[in-house]
Amino acid sequence: MPNTPKIGNTQLKLLEKLCNAVAVSGDEGEVRQIVLEELRPLADEIKVDALGNVLVTKNGGGANRLRVMLDAHIDEVGFMLVDDEKDGIFRFETVGSLDVRQLVGKQVLVGREHLPGVIGAKPIHLTTADERKKSIPLDSLRIDVGPGGGKVKVGDRAAFATRFRRVGPSIFAKAIDDRIGVATLIELVKNAPANVDVLAAFTVQEEVGLRGAKVAAHAFDPDLAIAIDSTPANDLPMHDGSENISYNTKLDHGPAIYVADAGTLGDPRLIRFLAETGDLNGIKYQFRQPGGGGTDAGAIHKARAGVPSVSVSVPGRYAHTAAGLSRLDDWKATLSLLHAALTRMTPELLAGERR
Amino acid sequence: MKSLIQKLTETFSPSGYESAIRDVVRAEVEPLADEVRVDALGNLIVRKGNGSGQGRRIMLAGHMDEIGLIASHVDENGFVRFTTIGGIRPQVLHGARVVFVNGARGVIGGERYENWNQMHPYDKMFIDVGAASAKDCPVRVGDVAAFERAFLDMGDKLVAKSMDDRIGVAVMVETLRQLKSTPHEVYFVFTTQEEVTLGGAATAAFGVDPEIGVSVDVTATGDTPKGEKMEVSLGKGPAVKIKDGGMLADPRIVDWMIRSAESAKIPYQREVLLGGTTDAKAMQVARAGVPAGCLSIPCRYIHSPSEMVEYNDVQNAVKLLVAMLSAPVSLD
Ligand SMILES: [Zn+2]
Ligand SMILES: [Zn+2]
Repeated sequence: MPNTPKIGNTQLKLLEKLCNAVAVSGDEGEVRQIVLEELRPLADEIKVDALGNVLVTKNGGGANRLRVMLDAHIDEVGFMLVDDEKDGIFRFETVGSLDVRQLVGKQVLVGREHLPGVIGAKPIHLTTADERKKSIPLDSLRIDVGPGGGKVKVGDRAAFATRFRRVGPSIFAKAIDDRIGVATLIELVKNAPANVDVLAAFTVQEEVGLRGAKVAAHAFDPDLAIAIDSTPANDLPMHDGSENISYNTKLDHGPAIYVADAGTLGDPRLIRFLAETGDLNGIKYQFRQPGGGGTDAGAIHKARAGVPSVSVSVPGRYAHTAAGLSRLDDWKATLSLLHAALTRMTPELLAGERR
Repeated sequence: MKSLIQKLTETFSPSGYESAIRDVVRAEVEPLADEVRVDALGNLIVRKGNGSGQGRRIMLAGHMDEIGLIASHVDENGFVRFTTIGGIRPQVLHGARVVFVNGARGVIGGERYENWNQMHPYDKMFIDVGAASAKDCPVRVGDVAAFERAFLDMGDKLVAKSMDDRIGVAVMVETLRQLKSTPHEVYFVFTTQEEVTLGGAATAAFGVDPEIGVSVDVTATGDTPKGEKMEVSLGKGPAVKIKDGGMLADPRIVDWMIRSAESAKIPYQREVLLGGTTDAKAMQVARAGVPAGCLSIPCRYIHSPSEMVEYNDVQNAVKLLVAMLSAPVSLD
């Protein structure tokens, strides 16, 4: 395998820092800062565009280089405070898709100063049996920051407060979607092979409609694009022992290559190329089950006159909750697969028509 | 033209996998065109004319793709679970036969019904490809299939799968054949991925950068027992779209179509479609905006394996397009 970038302590520390940072859609400054610090010294060009995307160019050398856009979104799902009910109690809305049933009782970090808060609800002592059967609607939930939290204002964002942890082969964290993609992309820029120009887009506002990716792809105008993301692994056994037929992806089966999701029908040339790269290099991969969901590729492939695109995700359990779970080995294999793919990319890849 | 329609509708090319139909269309248009190219998303872009003098750059869009299925899981007994590509209602699936792009064939079955009054959702159906285990199943996760159904010529009426929008493709191919000369630079764009995102038309329109956009697609009718309440019928001519669920046609394009039809004495209908949309929606908002409209072929039973059109409407659509493209156009 061509000198694959390693995932060691430095890379893990960086992933930890990325996951613990707060960057709810529309206010991604913290993660943007980390990306800028990591890549400023080695980029050929690095800039922050009008929407807040970080666009990094790392040129290769020699003739006939494909211009490859690699994308990972820096935003995460979270909350926005919308109504101050005094004494530190705030009504809030969700930012990005969140299952309201799993919000109650979670600790959150509010605002740019990460002030502590909790999503409260009536305790069990006071609820009726009937109430406990129903999920609590969003308009009955509040974020409580306590009195004296005078710095907290309507319009502030909040994120889950979960801290990153590594446990054996696994990592637990909030916002693995998509900080694991961001960490992967940082390594790919640092180890960019010379046969391609790497155009790295660290995008904003993916969780609210792929808005950053749309303008990033317009600006880069690449030959092809790969979106790097995190996708659910719903791979637990069925309660009745029957075969699980809708797992989306499985942990420990390597990076998930997308054939089709709600926003993109991946370019078959790129899908085959990635699978072939895995086979040639003995890197484990899986195909994500076709279906709903989506990545920045949904916006990128429609940019300008069209961009051949595909998505690759690290599988993770419990996406868009307070604590996701991914495996280190799946992350390593994702980085290896993408790096190996870049290394063997030539204009030949797109010489034939899409088929 | 019937044999062209048969050839087009009996080709399997679900959205995203249009290479087979592209090859068929290219063979038809190559001898007739001034330029043929294929873009990044697989759109087939065919130019006729140079747009000298008062000519305009006009883009016609007819989509090559069709609705289909995609395998999401192969179970231990070799049954294939699937999800849909494009809008398919579960009630048209039971008993349907499908062909995978890799050639494998299958029939659609379903789990035991607990309640016959309730239609199964897709996840309770499966494709039986005749395999006995996951190992000997010829289909893998991500493989794509389309309905299998032979073309049926009833004389005046024609029935096939994927009339949506192979009939539009046929109309465009035939228009290109009959268009002796044009003052315009006309791009016949055979688009991809209409049934999922209109992504082909959106990107092709960016590439072609037209001054006028016209899609050629099917529309629903109101002429079947207790059907939709809608003015359009089979046999009363092609339909000039005024609006649909996703687009308000530019009134100047509507006028252009109607003027051309009336002066050439071609029957036409006015179409107001409440749901659904076409490639014109994407063309209209390409770059800095494009005046756009749609010429529709009335079609019964859209998105079923048996879509029906009237041959006369098809021929009149060709006549109307030829009339529109043969003369200068003023949008003032
Ligand atoms: Zn994501
Ligand atoms: Zn259509």
